[in-house]
Amino acid sequence: MKKKGLFYNLLGIFIILFHFLPIYITLMTSLKQKSDLSSRWLPPNYLNLDNFRFVLEDKLFFLAVRNTFLITICSSIIVILVGAMTGYVLARKKGWISSFMLMLTMGVMMVPTISLIVPLYKVMLTLQGINTFWGIILLISTQYLPISIIIYSNFIKSIPIDLDEAAEIDGCGKVSTFFRIILPQLGSVTTSVIILNGVKMFNEFVFALYFLQTPDKKMVTTYISSFFSEVSNLNVASAAALLAILPVVLVYLSLQKYFIHTSIESMGK
Amino acid sequence: MKSKEYRLYLFLLPAFIMFTLFVFIPLFEGVRISFTNWNGYSQTYRYVGLYNYKSLFQSKLLKVAIVNTLMYGIICTVIQNVLGLCYAVYVNKKFALRNSVRLFIYLPAIVAGVIMGYMMYNIFQYSGGALNDIMVLFGAEKIDWLGDETRAKWIIIIVNSIQFVGVSMMIYLAGLQGIPSHLIEASMIDGANAFQRFIKIKLPLLIPAISSSFLINMIGGLKLFSIIFALTNGGPGISTHSMGTAINYLHFANENAGQAATAGLVLFCLIFFISLVMNKYFQGKEVEM
Repeated sequence: MKKKGLFYNLLGIFIILFHFLPIYITLMTSLKQKSDLSSRWLPPNYLNLDNFRFVLEDKLFFLAVRNTFLITICSSIIVILVGAMTGYVLARKKGWISSFMLMLTMGVMMVPTISLIVPLYKVMLTLQGINTFWGIILLISTQYLPISIIIYSNFIKSIPIDLDEAAEIDGCGKVSTFFRIILPQLGSVTTSVIILNGVKMFNEFVFALYFLQTPDKKMVTTYISSFFSEVSNLNVASAAALLAILPVVLVYLSLQKYFIHTSIESMGK
Repeated sequence: MKSKEYRLYLFLLPAFIMFTLFVFIPLFEGVRISFTNWNGYSQTYRYVGLYNYKSLFQSKLLKVAIVNTLMYGIICTVIQNVLGLCYAVYVNKKFALRNSVRLFIYLPAIVAGVIMGYMMYNIFQYSGGALNDIMVLFGAEKIDWLGDETRAKWIIIIVNSIQFVGVSMMIYLAGLQGIPSHLIEASMIDGANAFQRFIKIKLPLLIPAISSSFLINMIGGLKLFSIIFALTNGGPGISTHSMGTAINYLHFANENAGQAATAGLVLFCLIFFISLVMNKYFQGKEVEM
């Protein structure tokens, strides 16, 4: 038994090293000067943070980070509010309108965004939504709305309907029942919705590539992408990539319990 | 009272408007654009009938992209599920490092695909790449990893599979932990060994996990875009294009949005058809408890 434990732990170390390799190699690259041609496996024998300093002094980097946070937060709020409202109706109302809406939601979930990217571009041109934040926020919200509607609808179904009825007897309309009775109870499921969608929103690439093209409107993904394709300095680009993934990695490490819980929970549905 | 009841349906309006504006209208627009010669930015365009369909289906790009897309989808699904299931069985055992192992296997999955692609470039680059350093260390020739069609495709597949294997692992782990322990105990009393227990008891009960993991990985593989964009951008030549990057290439590099919209519809049908078939297949396989 002891021996088995040792074997499992050794295997574990090997697996950890393997999956951490891309980040390790990128870190080593980012710590070296461009003229340093030593192997990327080895750390430099001098301290050099110039690459990181270069990125941190780039105004566009901060704009990209700010834009990404702005877009992620606004899209999350829309997804939470609209998702909960729609989920409430789907959970509490029977009839053809609800069934129709559920069908639409399931249908939208099946549509891969990349296949609609050309007509979406056309629609956004017409709406004058190219290079605007509201445009991409609405697009990203729409993309993650279906899964949130389903999660909220399933959760609200588990809240006893007696509560709604009691509120109604006390003179609460259906609409205010939602805001006063249902909404305050959605805390835990909202955490799941944020974790499930937030990281994906933060990492959005296709929409950012198509709909935010001016340098000051870039998201971190497109900022990094232009860095690698325009700047020939791989060391600086590596530093930028590490700084770009830092927020999600930190959130992941500090909320790991929720991440695991959420991924398990969302699969059960 | 009645009027108040109906006011509740107003709650559906925002979602309905968003779906209409950004999914249903684009879907119809996509069909319409596929019959035009729109270049992607100008105000004017002409209807050209079935020209886009004809030229696209005769082009080499579409053949390459469809074959690659299927290859990315199927092989990534196989690798991620086999490896993911092994990982899940492994981290389901009790040992000191199990939580850290789980943490690090899932870590790459939260990194944006395009950034992971660029980080991997540090490994696969021809001069100075980490992998070629190893080749040189063992006295072998340097290899242009991304310069060869077949190798580049396999690198894309492996990078994508390793990045997202953690998702499959989590799904299988949830499935394994959901298996009632009395079933396992009963089979042990009946004298089943570990292998028999896995094949006869655990695997059939994991069918729901297998089906969601297969579906998620398959759709993820068929939609593959960011990693290809970062690593090869379709090259060398057009050999590593998926449908996703081919659409981007037709739209921007070729300024042929009509054809790109047509390719979008092809991808849409492909994914729709495959997920339908997979759903049907797995539905018949679930066991009653």
